[in-house]
Amino acid sequence: MSDRINDIWGERTPHRRGTTWPARVDQHLEEGVEDEQVDRWVQSACLLCSNGCGCDIAVKDGRMVGVRGRPGDTVNHGRLGPKGLYASTPWASSADRLTRPLIRQDGRLVETDWDTAMGRIVEVSRGLLEQKGPLSHGFYTSGQLFLEEYYALAVIGKAGLGTPHMDGNTRLCTATSAAALKESFGADGQPGSYTDIEHCDAIFLFGHNMPETQTVLWARILDRTRGEDPPRLVCVDPRRTMVAVEAERTGGVHLAPRVGTNLALMNGLARELLTHGWVDDDWVRAHTIGLDDLREAVAPYPPEEVARICGVEADDVRRAARIFGESDAVLSTVLQGFYQSHQATAASVAVHNLHLLRGQIGRPGSGVLQMNGQPTAQNNRECWADGDLPGFRNWDNPAHVQQLADLWNVDVMTIPHWAPPTHAMQIMSYAETGSIGLLWISATNPAVSMPESARIRRILAGEQCFVIVQDLFLTETAELADVVLPAAGWGEKTGSFTNVNRTVHLSEQAVAPPGEARSDLDIFLAYAEAMGFTDKDGEPLITWRKPEEVFDAWREVSRGRPVDYTGLSYDKLRGPSGIPWPVNDEHPDGTDRLYADGAFPTDTDDCETYGHDLLTGGAVTEREHRALAPAGRAFLRGAAYSPPHEEPTSDYPLRYTTGRTVYQFHTRTKTGRSRDLDRAAPDAWVELSPADAGPLDIAEGDWVRVESPRGALEVRARIGQVMPGAVFAPFHYGHWDPDDLAPDAGHRLANELTMTVWDPVSKQPCFKTAACRVTKVRDGDGPAPAPSTAASAPADGDVPAPPVGAPTTSEVLTRTPTYALDPSTRRS
Amino acid sequence: MPHLSTYVGLADHSERTLADSFRTIARGHAQVADVFHTCHLLATMSDRHRADLAPAVRRYGEDDIEEPERLHADGLAQPRSGEIGLLRDLQDLHVLATLVQTTWTVIAQGAQGLRDRELLEIADAASAETARQLTWLDTRMKEAAPQALIVAP
Repeated sequence: MSDRINDIWGERTPHRRGTTWPARVDQHLEEGVEDEQVDRWVQSACLLCSNGCGCDIAVKDGRMVGVRGRPGDTVNHGRLGPKGLYASTPWASSADRLTRPLIRQDGRLVETDWDTAMGRIVEVSRGLLEQKGPLSHGFYTSGQLFLEEYYALAVIGKAGLGTPHMDGNTRLCTATSAAALKESFGADGQPGSYTDIEHCDAIFLFGHNMPETQTVLWARILDRTRGEDPPRLVCVDPRRTMVAVEAERTGGVHLAPRVGTNLALMNGLARELLTHGWVDDDWVRAHTIGLDDLREAVAPYPPEEVARICGVEADDVRRAARIFGESDAVLSTVLQGFYQSHQATAASVAVHNLHLLRGQIGRPGSGVLQMNGQPTAQNNRECWADGDLPGFRNWDNPAHVQQLADLWNVDVMTIPHWAPPTHAMQIMSYAETGSIGLLWISATNPAVSMPESARIRRILAGEQCFVIVQDLFLTETAELADVVLPAAGWGEKTGSFTNVNRTVHLSEQAVAPPGEARSDLDIFLAYAEAMGFTDKDGEPLITWRKPEEVFDAWREVSRGRPVDYTGLSYDKLRGPSGIPWPVNDEHPDGTDRLYADGAFPTDTDDCETYGHDLLTGGAVTEREHRALAPAGRAFLRGAAYSPPHEEPTSDYPLRYTTGRTVYQFHTRTKTGRSRDLDRAAPDAWVELSPADAGPLDIAEGDWVRVESPRGALEVRARIGQVMPGAVFAPFHYGHWDPDDLAPDAGHRLANELTMTVWDPVSKQPCFKTAACRVTKVRDGDGPAPAPSTAASAPADGDVPAPPVGAPTTSEVLTRTPTYALDPSTRRS
Repeated sequence: MPHLSTYVGLADHSERTLADSFRTIARGHAQVADVFHTCHLLATMSDRHRADLAPAVRRYGEDDIEEPERLHADGLAQPRSGEIGLLRDLQDLHVLATLVQTTWTVIAQGAQGLRDRELLEIADAASAETARQLTWLDTRMKEAAPQALIVAP
């Protein structure tokens, strides 16, 4: 029996480089349920981080009562993390589930029936279409719906209504991943594979606290670093995370650049590779363009200059670059420390530059994993959000738009393609002025998760915009809506989704949704039917009823594109493992890694974007792109460092940055309803370094006020592992609390302080660069409610461990299953 | 070379006007976060062009004679308000930046004729960055136009 609150990554299964990662089956059943009492196990994949672990859902008496990892799945080899184990099912039978629609009457939300709720939506929608046309409609969705739901909504929005104002909260978590891949390689699509972990001799984690954000993937790395012939790790993070600890342990480097200076560091690393000749000249000549421009862009960043800008040691920059330059197979991973920080796209593209200079891409062990923050974010990118059209089509390429018009049998002019789809922050600005008069929010909680939250609350609560919220619970956002629709969640509906590793899983319905709750797909289809959208022959635009029909339609849309699903079907996805795309005639069993042949989708007629000026976001034109004749070569792209938008001042002398804990996900809608996880991280806190806390007379557990020019929070302080000069706050905590016990519920929202500002290319908001000041409010009466594990561990002193979690089982299999695409399996 | 010095003066003046105007528009639309920050960034490009041009100004002088002086455009003293106002302001910035760019084109041609490598490099580098300013303005106008024209309140 293992307590996975305190044993976050579970039992080690160390193994040698080049061998298959052993399988270990993790399982948790709710208290009082034994294995033999489970009525049936239903195939799915975990939805509680972007890793996408294959799992089965335990059902007993019509309820979901637990989960078990699938040993044959290529993603997790049977493992599950604490969030998946403890939070996958308790929310579903929570007493506060929404079970009936709500409608605002005389300022209050009251229960109503579906006909009334949908009738009101259709009335407002029709009225706005008549008065102002489709640009009056906006949709803000999620990274947690299913592929079928995104695609159905894409067709409704782009071919039915014809509005460009559709985005997801994926804009907050994964937009930079997509943008960076497009800028370097011509199209979205994860180049690398998780199997690169087994074959690399160095791993660089850029702004990626993997031990807390993707625990199972981190267990996979630990099984290498604790085995024979381990890789060296390099960690770029302002906090001393477990990655930093492991980097030091393996003879690597921990670089802690000042928040907002990533690009200067990256330019310095590229300059070192060029200076030392750690470049595969032949490969670069054959497979890239832009070397001279890159050389010029990074020239001003010798290690001493990097040290001055970033506050790191020049020799550490040299050491990190040497590890990159002298290893024969480097794997890089990138996440929010880059994506949600200053110059996000340029810094993430700079990771690609390093790999391209070394010719280390597309081979086992040599890869890039631009991570996602959410489990189905990839599908939102594939289907319509984050700046492009379905199937990684280029909105700026008339031939691509015509393909969609033909597939949907609509006039090409219906499909908005005069500019990139509107990004989330711009959608909110239009809603602020009433230019968007109907905003439909599904499966996300922007009142807590968007920057400068006081402004977001004002927008959602105002009269200028009619707000529809579709969710499992009455979230902080739903409380502000005009109509609230009760949705079915994971396990209560069927659909597919794709993880960060391009691996597609089918998630089958295990139980019925509660009360009158409906799947998001059914809700969208009901709206479409009520609106009567038609194609250009006057026939109904949408005829699907079942998720599988939507999947099959999507498959056709993906045909011939990099994101090719044509070889997939629900039946094929019912096998032992999820399958990574592209899956087609050429790759009937899927594809472990892209670009093995060094050919990239950069041809002008194929590419998903013509590219951008990384500094300004100015768009490259089709003619300019054609003149470059990229023809399958990847782009080396450089940009100059510019200081963050808000630098510390005498009034606000510290740097404010936000992030996550291992025990919570997003705004805690599910994890906060897991007793085990809630007890491990029950309330908000901020982390200060001992060097900053001392002069302010702040001790562990003291109440502090943290203020930026936009807002403040008052929570307890952890004297922790963050770099001097920086303050870290977890972003999970809004005013909702499962037991209504949090003493700071009204003033613990991290996004009160963040800025309304975004990256010029990916349009991802910056959550990690604001200036702040900290003052002590009063003495505490014990340690801060921060977990004492992982990156929020105290700098010193005794802080008790989190309460023991409910028992789980974990069994290492003596015989490792065969994984069809795994290079280790294939070799042996 | 009286006319070259006039154009050197015109480059210096029009870059200053453009930088000032970018900052005026940034202040006037401070609630539009990307416009605020990007306009400040683009203003610093124009500042740099003037600094780069300074040696040439010392060598050639900055003569003002009447005829080309008419090319001077007034800067944007007052930002407009609202979405349509932003669109018009971006358009005005585009006009100013176009004047800057053609001025650099003319100077580059003069520098070629004079075999003045230093001035040619200055003009080419500045012209390339002016193209980036124009590209951003064009991109931003395209994004903003439909909403501003059709549904803005």
